Amino acid sequence: MRNVASLVFTAGLAFLLLVIAAQLGFGEPPMRIGGEILAQAPGEVGATNIVTAVLLGYRGIDTLGELSILFAAATATGLVLVRGRRDCAHHAEEPPGGFILRTGADLLFPLLLVVGFYVILHGHLTPGGGFQGGVILAAAFFVLVLARPGKDGSGGMSHTAIAVIEGLAGAGFIAIGLWSLIDGGHFLRPMLGQGVMGQLLSAGTLPLLSLAVGLKVGAELAGLMTQLAEQPATARDPHPQAEDQAP
Amino acid sequence: MSGLDLAVPSFAAILYVGAFGLLVIGILGMVMSSHLFRMVLALAIAEAGANLLLVLTGWRGEAVAPILGVHDAGVPMVDPIPQVLVLTAIVIGVGVQALAVSVLLKIHRIYGTLDVRELRRHLELDICRDAGMAPEGSREAPAGERPLPPPIPARAAGTRVKQREGAA
Repeated sequence: MRNVASLVFTAGLAFLLLVIAAQLGFGEPPMRIGGEILAQAPGEVGATNIVTAVLLGYRGIDTLGELSILFAAATATGLVLVRGRRDCAHHAEEPPGGFILRTGADLLFPLLLVVGFYVILHGHLTPGGGFQGGVILAAAFFVLVLARPGKDGSGGMSHTAIAVIEGLAGAGFIAIGLWSLIDGGHFLRPMLGQGVMGQLLSAGTLPLLSLAVGLKVGAELAGLMTQLAEQPATARDPHPQAEDQAP
Repeated sequence: MSGLDLAVPSFAAILYVGAFGLLVIGILGMVMSSHLFRMVLALAIAEAGANLLLVLTGWRGEAVAPILGVHDAGVPMVDPIPQVLVLTAIVIGVGVQALAVSVLLKIHRIYGTLDVRELRRHLELDICRDAGMAPEGSREAPAGERPLPPPIPARAAGTRVKQREGAA
């Protein structure tokens, strides 16, 4: 009965969405702001990648809000899992990964770091930017954690170092915004002039903001994944009634 | 503004139906599954559908990616705003999924199961134990003992008859 009701509900939702889609214009974006930004961004911001110009220039304060959502998610994960980390001081040492995984991790780690920083620092020139490069950086560190879990499963990654990098990057983002507020009168307005379009040092403070976003996203995701990897593999249930259902 | 004809299998119709399909499959999975981890996976699928739909709203025929210096100046570009929104939504989605998985880890450590029905039974038992109620009690029954036992109608009627006889 519940499944039938779910199917009917979902079919109705799909029908509603398709009816709405049939009335939408496709290929003609209904918002005019996109066209305006495409027309003005090359002269105003000086970044070749207009997506980054919107992300860090026109909508920089939205990006700050999104960073704080990510921060809230990472903090909540730490709060939920902090008990498990204390418990797993007793659990058995995780075996290191196989030979192929360890060798692959050693080869991949520097390459991933270089690609991550390249994507972050060229965010205003080519497709990419702080968010994408930060995820690549987090993946680089997580490959190491997978290959050599170490004693507590953290692969020797220090939560203090991750928290310091994350805090400094977030503070740097806000500091650049405050500097623009004091100097230019608008929060997160691009400063330092535009430079020559297409060069690495151009588009004012956008590369700095991109670096801050990249470090923050990378540190947060690396911290998240390390915390998940530190969890003991076997579940201990304090409830005796749940023992028969435990696999 | 020309409407999109979904009956004709065009490129646009395929893209839109794909995005809606992912969204609907994800919602269906969330509603119908009784396992919490499958719900998280279904949420990820629905999120992919929603992101694809957002990117599609900025799509323009014959347009190129909004990067200057690759194509000629006159070529139209797609709307950059939905791309920015989706770019951050993907990363935030990963963070939210990690939060959901960590909550699931905690649930599995405490109850040893992720099945919704078993979890509901365990939770009801726990709530009843903390509230000091009998676990099998119905929802309408009051908590604790009744103040007085209910009067038995036959005996009450008999005493009343006896009292009336005594008065007579």
